[in-house]
Amino acid sequence: MKQQVLTFILNGEEVAVLVTPTETLLDVLRERLQITGPKRGCDDGECGACTVLLDGEPVRSCLTLALTVEGRTVTTVEGLMVKGELDRLQKAFYERGAFQCGFCTPGMLMVAKSLLAKNPNPSRDEIRSYMAGNLCRCGSYEEIIEAIQAVAAGEY
Amino acid sequence: MTQYVGQAMPRYDGIGQVTGTTKYVDDIVLPGMLYAKCLRSPVHKGIIRHLDLSAAERTPGVVGVLTAQDVPGQNIYGASGDQPVFNPDHIRYKGERIAAVVAVDEDTCMEALEKVKLEIEEQEPVFDMFEAMKPGAPIVRPGTTHNLHEYMPGMTTRVIKLGDVEQGFAEADLIIEGRYQTTQQDHAPIEPHVSVAYLDPANRLVIHTVSQCLYFHLSQLVRVFGLPMSQIRYIGGTIGGGFGGKNDIHADHVAGLAALKFRKPVKYRETRREDLRYSGKRGVFVMEYKTGVKKDGRLVANHIKEYHDTGAYGGFSAYATEKCGMFASGPYWIPNILVEAKTIYTNKVVSISMRGFAIINGQSTMEIQMGKIAEALGMDPWELRFINAWRDGDMGASRYIVRGAGALEAMKKAAELAGVQLPAHLMAMSSRRR
Amino acid sequence: MKKKGVGMSCVLHPTGNKGAGDPSQAAIQLKPDGTFALLVGAVDIGQGSNTILRQFAADALGVPIEKILVSNFADDFAPLCLGSFASRVTLIDPHAVVNAVEDLKRRIREWVANEWEANPEDIEFDGETVYLRGDRERRSMTMDQIAAGANFGGGYNPGFLVGTGAWQPAKFHAHDPETGEMPAVGAISFGCCIAEVEVDTETGVVDVTRLVQVWEVGKAVNPLLVRAQINGGLHIGMGYALTESSYPYWPTEDYAPEKLGDYFMPTFLDYPPELIYGIEEVPHPAGVQGAKGFSEGSSNGPPPAIIAAIHDAIGVWIDTYPATPEVILKALEAKKASE
Repeated sequence: MKQQVLTFILNGEEVAVLVTPTETLLDVLRERLQITGPKRGCDDGECGACTVLLDGEPVRSCLTLALTVEGRTVTTVEGLMVKGELDRLQKAFYERGAFQCGFCTPGMLMVAKSLLAKNPNPSRDEIRSYMAGNLCRCGSYEEIIEAIQAVAAGEY
Repeated sequence: MTQYVGQAMPRYDGIGQVTGTTKYVDDIVLPGMLYAKCLRSPVHKGIIRHLDLSAAERTPGVVGVLTAQDVPGQNIYGASGDQPVFNPDHIRYKGERIAAVVAVDEDTCMEALEKVKLEIEEQEPVFDMFEAMKPGAPIVRPGTTHNLHEYMPGMTTRVIKLGDVEQGFAEADLIIEGRYQTTQQDHAPIEPHVSVAYLDPANRLVIHTVSQCLYFHLSQLVRVFGLPMSQIRYIGGTIGGGFGGKNDIHADHVAGLAALKFRKPVKYRETRREDLRYSGKRGVFVMEYKTGVKKDGRLVANHIKEYHDTGAYGGFSAYATEKCGMFASGPYWIPNILVEAKTIYTNKVVSISMRGFAIINGQSTMEIQMGKIAEALGMDPWELRFINAWRDGDMGASRYIVRGAGALEAMKKAAELAGVQLPAHLMAMSSRRR
Repeated sequence: MKKKGVGMSCVLHPTGNKGAGDPSQAAIQLKPDGTFALLVGAVDIGQGSNTILRQFAADALGVPIEKILVSNFADDFAPLCLGSFASRVTLIDPHAVVNAVEDLKRRIREWVANEWEANPEDIEFDGETVYLRGDRERRSMTMDQIAAGANFGGGYNPGFLVGTGAWQPAKFHAHDPETGEMPAVGAISFGCCIAEVEVDTETGVVDVTRLVQVWEVGKAVNPLLVRAQINGGLHIGMGYALTESSYPYWPTEDYAPEKLGDYFMPTFLDYPPELIYGIEEVPHPAGVQGAKGFSEGSSNGPPPAIIAAIHDAIGVWIDTYPATPEVILKALEAKKASE
């Protein structure tokens, strides 16, 4: 299949990469750019482990055709740290044990980031609703809710 | 002196998980890496009459194919040593692997798989374990005459007994019976099954695995590859959840065989669909209980008939059936116990270990019995459990001695946290003495 | 109509393989800078085995935990661990770690005794300091000095200070064919679960509104991780109780779930809005510092507690897992028919 050049902003830096029209953003990130933070859990948009922010909005990168992000801004878990400092959410997840195997964590963090950007002080129920599309088989939901609440409360 | 045990502290390796830098096996991408995909049986039971992979092999981008003939060692793996990596003849469950295509990418593999000519003479399968036990039922394992696991030659029931149940029932004031069925459950770790294999400069086979139990699997893999253990570098340690599902080999055999044959790095990964449909599952148990109890609540006899569906191959199922029976009377002192347990083959995916392995099946059913008993006696369900809970020195079904008992302590704490006021005579009980 | 109910369960989970014979190994090295590299075989499946085994090593050595590095990245030099299953690691692997530390201390003692021309039995440890009994003023070395001396030689004797250890609960036992007798059980943990549910009698849907789960774990090695295991096991337990089945029956066996979207695992919204956990400790005689495993068990308690709560709500005992809306509605119909 014919390859095309895709140019977009990835974690603050412009990248150009050759892709085919059928490749998803997840394929391009993981296989071509070796940005392996976003995980391939189902390739079907149902687990949420591949979630990235596209112009600030959470999207399933496995359901996003790569060429549709031309010229746009993509943030993955690799882009959360600023100047070597962990993001507040990363600190809270780490210190409060809001993960076990960690495979869903990159997706959880991106959705939580988007939630706090829209609603800096979400209620417990608002967190549960907003995060509901992301699955964690280790069952760390309660710890994730608490970590997000702790960040919202200014503890980090 | 230091005292770190007992302290809450974050995970040693946790920064990797929150920054996305922890390396999982699917994160490994090597130059020139090939990919594999498997041809799976479209039928539940049958005999392969014809398999033609030539058109698949000619597909541009395909490097080659793998079948049973490409297994240098023995074409068997699994905890019971009875599963073929690639089934050459008698299909036992839908989705069983028959062959693999190895190509430059997965799309090419899928394209090639479309071109495979496969003819299977379909046979009548059996799915229900009670149907499978009837005379004349379809035979799951070719060459055998019935569908029951033999614990020893000719022994199809594992008996575990303590005391004398008949005497126990004679002493009982009330007998409660119940029949329960548990669920076939998928592990569904968010990390799918995946393996990366290649040859190192010393010509040794390197496999990056998602195994939960490397030495268990290494002993199975050396047999498949026909290699001494020292010729395999089996590397793992950090995985994206297992829940028992990764106590089974799903990908390492295929990736390893491909790397050995084509002498290039190979990644083999199952899709979520393949995992949900065709990987091993928590097997279904049917538990039949007959429990005798005195009016004062003391349990005096428990007769358990246990039926465990192992699916098409043995897996860990016989072990699981025994382990379930050993603990299926719950954390209670019952002087007379009889367990009669059977493991049954059906044409379903293989039953393997899963979180709560074998124990959940007994606990989740015996506790319903306890609820029914409390109701029948008109007794508080807490009191029934407090009266019977193990104390140190009590004995379980297979005559193990209970040490460090803690059921009463767990119940007291749970009642306190839930706001349940327990009467003083229960709060005064301790696992240290009866 | 929505009906409320509450139910409880008391369950167990054994640690380690039935029949024992399931060993683990560990190795620990004094590195050139005075830190310690601990190598274990346990797979970190998310439970945090690296973290807790490091805690055990720090206590056994009596040194600050920051001095201990841990890896389970096993290649050619690999301690054997039968695997991260059967909730066995917390009971078995700490013994291997402690034995490895004792072995390393023996090596250090010999090395220092050689250096001082003393008897190894007279060498004492005090955290990161090693000294000659009765002459601590003149004869004492820190781990840094020992490490530098052994690894780089110089004025001291060269040496490679590594300790190894292994352990298993008991030798392998088979069942007696007649009685099934098989006494080898590593340890047993105990749990109690209280579930509150709301059953919608129109739709058959069960919501778990509050859940309390307590585990008696011997010794809570790392309460942060114990908590994660208690609350986490609920995921598989709730699915087992209410929604998860990979075996289809309609219209044929071919219609098994094939996507996460049709295999119904609990989401954030399905988890109980009120979730309470508790830890109880009865030190186990077979465990290092009383520790034993329990983590699988947190899946065992919720299913029967939920079934008991459903019974409390609608007056029927469900005997088939999972208690899907269909199972609930059929049970309600059967109850109505029998009344």
